[in-house]
Amino acid sequence: MTPHPSLLPPPYLAVALDGVGWHPAAWREADVHPRDVFGPRYWVGLIQEAEWAGLDFVTIEDSLLLQSTSAKHPEGRTDRVLGRLDAVLVAARVAPETARVGIIPVATTTHTEPFHISKAIATLDYVSRGRAGFQARISPTGLEAAQFGRRSIGHPTPDGAQVPGLMDEAADFIEVVRRLWDSWEDGAEIRDVATGRFVDRDKLHSIDFEGSWFSVRGPSITPRPPQGQPIVSVLAHVDAAFRLAARSADVVFVTPQSSEHARTLLEGIRGHEEAVGRAGPPLRVVADLVVFLDDEPGHASARKERLDELDGRPLRSDALIFTGTPTALVDLLAEWQSAGVEGFRLRPGAIPRDFDAITHEVVAELVDRSLRLPSYQESTLRARFGLLRPANIYASV
Amino acid sequence: MTATRSGAKQVHLAAHFPGVNNTTVWSDPAAGSHIEFSSFVKLAQTAERAKFDFFFLAEGLRLREQHGRIHDLDVVGRPDTFTVLAALAAVTEHIGLSGTINSTFNEPFEVARQFASLDHLSNGRAAWNVVTSWDAFTGENFRRGGFLPQEARYDRAKEFLQVARELWDSWDEDAVIADAAGGEFVADPSQGAFEHHGTQFDISGRFNVPRSPQGHPVIFQAGDSDVGRDFAAEAADCIFSRHGRLEAGQEFYRDVKGRLAAHGRSHDDLKILPAATFVLGDTPTEAAERAEHIRRQQVSGPTAILLLEQVWNRDLSSYDPDGPLPEVAPDVDAPSVSQGRAATPRDKLRTAAEWRAQAEAKNLSIRELMIEVTSTASFVGTPAHVAAKIVESVDQEAADGFILVPHVTPGGLDEFADTVVPILQEAGRFRGEYEGSTLRDHLGLGAARASSPLSTAPVLA
Repeated sequence: MTPHPSLLPPPYLAVALDGVGWHPAAWREADVHPRDVFGPRYWVGLIQEAEWAGLDFVTIEDSLLLQSTSAKHPEGRTDRVLGRLDAVLVAARVAPETARVGIIPVATTTHTEPFHISKAIATLDYVSRGRAGFQARISPTGLEAAQFGRRSIGHPTPDGAQVPGLMDEAADFIEVVRRLWDSWEDGAEIRDVATGRFVDRDKLHSIDFEGSWFSVRGPSITPRPPQGQPIVSVLAHVDAAFRLAARSADVVFVTPQSSEHARTLLEGIRGHEEAVGRAGPPLRVVADLVVFLDDEPGHASARKERLDELDGRPLRSDALIFTGTPTALVDLLAEWQSAGVEGFRLRPGAIPRDFDAITHEVVAELVDRSLRLPSYQESTLRARFGLLRPANIYASV
Repeated sequence: MTATRSGAKQVHLAAHFPGVNNTTVWSDPAAGSHIEFSSFVKLAQTAERAKFDFFFLAEGLRLREQHGRIHDLDVVGRPDTFTVLAALAAVTEHIGLSGTINSTFNEPFEVARQFASLDHLSNGRAAWNVVTSWDAFTGENFRRGGFLPQEARYDRAKEFLQVARELWDSWDEDAVIADAAGGEFVADPSQGAFEHHGTQFDISGRFNVPRSPQGHPVIFQAGDSDVGRDFAAEAADCIFSRHGRLEAGQEFYRDVKGRLAAHGRSHDDLKILPAATFVLGDTPTEAAERAEHIRRQQVSGPTAILLLEQVWNRDLSSYDPDGPLPEVAPDVDAPSVSQGRAATPRDKLRTAAEWRAQAEAKNLSIRELMIEVTSTASFVGTPAHVAAKIVESVDQEAADGFILVPHVTPGGLDEFADTVVPILQEAGRFRGEYEGSTLRDHLGLGAARASSPLSTAPVLA
């Protein structure tokens, strides 16, 4: 039996930030200053607004690939936003100017070093006082591989989404990142003036990871971060990604097309959790939607169509594209919540328009329907997901 | 050297976040965290209040070990360089943000992207201290392990920097036109395109960060070897030198500045900034006493033994630090007892002989000797004296300025900022306000150099 939404805990609410919005023609709107995406004020302003609105967290997109380039079209198009800043650094730049909202940048696992990413996210956790996480993403293209020149990438499987091995590598990557976070026990820094010892080296641990893609000795150079284990998240569409999420992540982003589909996805996720023998808390399942919002019925879809026309083709997305009023969106969210989805990550079609609609109208509507608390306290990002600060895997009992 | 209207050379000053070595006195009652962000904020804001050119953060990618165990007597642990610098951009407005990033255990596409991002996020305040590394010890933390022969580390560093410059130059300054009506975000579809086929890197693709405010971050180099000095003379904007004393500084300054012409560069294109420690007092006697007290804190008995072991290269833990030097000679054949350190003496037998002579001549214990021979404060005295010494070093071409290393975190710069800086400012030798907005402006550097290869060295195949 489907529980009534008001009997469920309020859903997590987040915004996914990518440039000036998820529609490739969004930058051409009159109220947009697209050059601002290359400076700090834009990101600080948006994420402060997300915090003011009481959102649980934001994510910041990233890729090693220039937008609009592809194997077929390496030259790309000139009529879309090109270029982006490193998402982890954007997160770090914003963190000291915010106090409550979680910040989850995308970080790639394919060509980068787990040692570097581990200490970067640990440091983001320090500068944000326990509000950090990252969204692990593979870089599956040969174009990205050529930018590093270290290896060639195999061909995608017929479903177009998988390159053999990259998901397994990502799982090893996350394993190393997590072990490094635990490689310092809490309280390893003792500052014992009597013996002259700054650390108790029995509380620092090699991780001695050896895998098919890399070996990492450890310990980290950075002490265990405030949350112990910052949040690890994965966006999943295919089995290999769901398996990765079940093995390695705290949060999984999914792209249901309907509440029926959401139910199917949730069953699949619980099945994957069982298959990989997941221990500890279950995955938090957060549904993604692209949203175009307007108080006047019909206006949002007209605006999207206008942007489609500018771009020369209808917007395509892995996630459901919603056009309509904030009220209608909240109707949909409530329905999906009843299907078992625990939170929503809204991808604004255009910023500031759709972003402002989320932080104002959508949030207000959720509060009105008791699907959202009117305000929230400072807490860690883990606590926001109902996750405790975990025990250290290396700590002796 | 930047000239004022009065013609006096301007001093450049920077603040080094205290490092993971025994210069840093963590046992001081005022010593704070080395990992909490508030410590970084405090030091960076103090340096900015004092109108310093930049804040500097060092890096080491594996915890140091001695006898195969993690060295536990000094500060251990530090944050990620890029992440802290990006966060500091939020709490400062003018000061440069400089960090060490290793060219061996990183790849150019990623590092170029991170520095370009940091430069955007700080509105033109980023600087990169390019360090090389080769040791398999550090390599154990990375995908490729100890892949690089020691003699190849500068080949890789030079080509790494060259590739990074090519990536930064792959976007034109005015590339982003964002013409909404015309539907052109960029006019030129080839923005970001790069292709580099060299001996160290064979890469191609599209760089995805538009050109940053400084074009390129300010480039620092810290190596001291002949090849390191050449690398700096060819490719760097600043040298982070270890030659802080007047005579050694002058010799280094002459040597490195003398190498510039061969690379088509002028005297002012490369700033030489030695690291310097300092101890202040109201009187010379008070300063000397404080310096002596700090030295004893920096070199505890156990630390003295560890320092001695780095030259003797054997286990000396059974020796009394307050007793005489060991009779036994250094073990030059054994693998190094110490790993992950920037510098240990190269000729151990010679160093040992010198130390033995010094200890015998002055009848010094191990600890007393270590206090004498390991680096002592560059500047000790009253604020007026220290200011005069700094000016003297700059006037007599031993340095273009100094990177100050406080011995206490994070408040160790306060006194310098409050007492020495005003004297330098009143003398017209140090800025009273920031004039430009970028770090290149603060350092009096011109526009970023182009990526076209400057060297005759076979960097590009």
